[in-house]
Amino acid sequence: MITRRHLIASAAALAMLSAAGTAMAADTVKIGLILPMTGPFASTGRQVEAGVRAYMALNGDTAGGKKIEIVLRDDAGTADQTRRIAQELVVNDKVSMLVGFGLTPLAMAVAPVLNQAKVPAIITSATTSAIMSKSDYFVRTSMAGPQSAVPVATWAAKNGLKRVVTLVTDYGPGYDIEKGFTDQFKKDGGQIVEAVRVPLQNPDFAPFLQRVRDAKPDAVFVFVPAGVGSLFMKQFVDRGLADAGIKLIATGDVTDDDLLGAIGDPALGVITGHFYSAAHDSPENKAFVKQVKEAAKIRPNFMAVGGYDAMHLAYAALAKTNGDTDGTKLIAAMKGMEWTSPRGPISIDPATRDIVQDIYIRKVEKKDGELYNVEFDTFKKVHDPFVAK
Amino acid sequence: MLTILFDGIAYGMLLFVLACGLSITLGLMNFVNLAHGAFAMAGGYVTVILMNRYGVSFYLCLPAAFVATALIGAALEVTLYRRLYRASHLDQVLFSIGLVFMAIAAADYFMGGQQQLINLPDELRGRFDVFGIGIGRSRLFVIVICAILAVALQLALTRTRFGSQLRAAVDDGRVARGLGINVSTIFVLTFALGSGLAGLGGALGADMLGLDPNFPLKFLIYFMIVVTVGGTSSITGPFIAALLLGIADVAGKYYLPQAGAFIIYAVMILVLILRPNGLFTREGGR
Repeated sequence: MITRRHLIASAAALAMLSAAGTAMAADTVKIGLILPMTGPFASTGRQVEAGVRAYMALNGDTAGGKKIEIVLRDDAGTADQTRRIAQELVVNDKVSMLVGFGLTPLAMAVAPVLNQAKVPAIITSATTSAIMSKSDYFVRTSMAGPQSAVPVATWAAKNGLKRVVTLVTDYGPGYDIEKGFTDQFKKDGGQIVEAVRVPLQNPDFAPFLQRVRDAKPDAVFVFVPAGVGSLFMKQFVDRGLADAGIKLIATGDVTDDDLLGAIGDPALGVITGHFYSAAHDSPENKAFVKQVKEAAKIRPNFMAVGGYDAMHLAYAALAKTNGDTDGTKLIAAMKGMEWTSPRGPISIDPATRDIVQDIYIRKVEKKDGELYNVEFDTFKKVHDPFVAK
Repeated sequence: MLTILFDGIAYGMLLFVLACGLSITLGLMNFVNLAHGAFAMAGGYVTVILMNRYGVSFYLCLPAAFVATALIGAALEVTLYRRLYRASHLDQVLFSIGLVFMAIAAADYFMGGQQQLINLPDELRGRFDVFGIGIGRSRLFVIVICAILAVALQLALTRTRFGSQLRAAVDDGRVARGLGINVSTIFVLTFALGSGLAGLGGALGADMLGLDPNFPLKFLIYFMIVVTVGGTSSITGPFIAALLLGIADVAGKYYLPQAGAFIIYAVMILVLILRPNGLFTREGGR
């Protein structure tokens, strides 16, 4: 039953809410953060959020004269939810920018919303090349397609690895990376003995690893999603591939900073190419790692740095537009932006809105009793190899 | 070639231990328990927690996983499952799939969504060669344990008093009760045994198959295939089915990597066309 007192109370509450709403609209900018916080990709969400919060803790919560407010929503890694949440955030919460998207299909699902609402979206994690063409409002701070795979191919060819088997997971990013590696490796005079694709829902790597072993290559180039990487590493060692003289080279997803400790010593000596290592030696990175370790109690990985740089891009764009939140102006401001991230120098390609960054070749080593990806070679300013040509 | 056969047998044996509990509840007690994988996952998590947080040896974790999941199974049987024995299959399916989602959410909440890793003892790592066949130690261990279990189960169900009481209770509960057999106790014990075996399978498989909160759904299909192909006769059917599927799956992925993921389904369809009730059927079952 609704009494008169209830009515008055709720009317008062409503009035206060709307007053607060108008006050906010004037001097706060809301940024919608959509991440898989639960489900199989929860670690991605946790890392990106830690990166976002670290940026705000280190750089304050105002940009372009406006107060920044984060609205975090969980899409559990399913694309229909991502799209629904994006719609709600744009229509109901009036966010000026969207940040996040753990996987390629999740980012793809949001493209129609962006095109209609003209709201910029900064991708912190998904990496396939195909995403960027779906909307002019996508900008990316994670990695552009097989950016990390191509330098690994060059490095392998230079270091005497002639015959290589590729082993990738059977989905979009896997094809991108396989193609990126294969094209470059052949150009550099190497030979791909075999290309193995492993189903995404794969319980046991045994048959695929045995196939690799029987092909007797110099090395196996691997791309598997981060979570499965640890399982893969164990079976790689158990099957004696390392003893058979087969080197393991990979993109950095396999030796993810977040999982390296759990994989343990089998990972020692693995060569990977990637855009970020928690061991990167720079003052920006030291501050970043310290902040994330203290606040979130985890070691930041490449997902976290994607979240951190997404926030930097949002702040810098707002500063450039003097707080104007018009989507088209924000995108224009983001194009060509250059800055020094914890990962090293990076920039946004004005033509593709995609990230241009250095790719490091790293080796897993023990430092202060913990395993780290230690960088020993750098490929400067790598573009998305599929688009740049 | 023989290495592939060996890997296939290890994989098949593991599938058998994981699925034989289901073939007991589905085949013998005629209850469609889709939550079977949740028990396997529980066994896996018991192992992970004991090993990683308390440093308990892997060998002790296996019986611990069995006992813990058997207890959970017994508790759930008494409180929940018992009420649904007479319900329609649709009700049973809806109920147990609900349990699966609750188990997934619970595992996600308490343990996190990431892959759990265990470090096997050193003597189970690596591999050795016998006449040119590469044999993984952990896989050999799995095969030995599972073979012992299969023999023990088959004997328990066919040669012991408990086994004949169980078969009697399943075939005609009223007459069995009239003969003085305590049917509900038998069912609790059987259900606990089935759950415990799943838990043991989850513990054994944590290293080979990985463990994350989606485990029950990921392997549900495999369990169902093993039980359907094996038929509902005692233990032999699922055992042979599990071996067949394990070898077919591993060999398929080795020789035809592009089509490898589908081989297991092709085998299932083929078997079911030739023998619609599975490899082995039992007369007189409900």
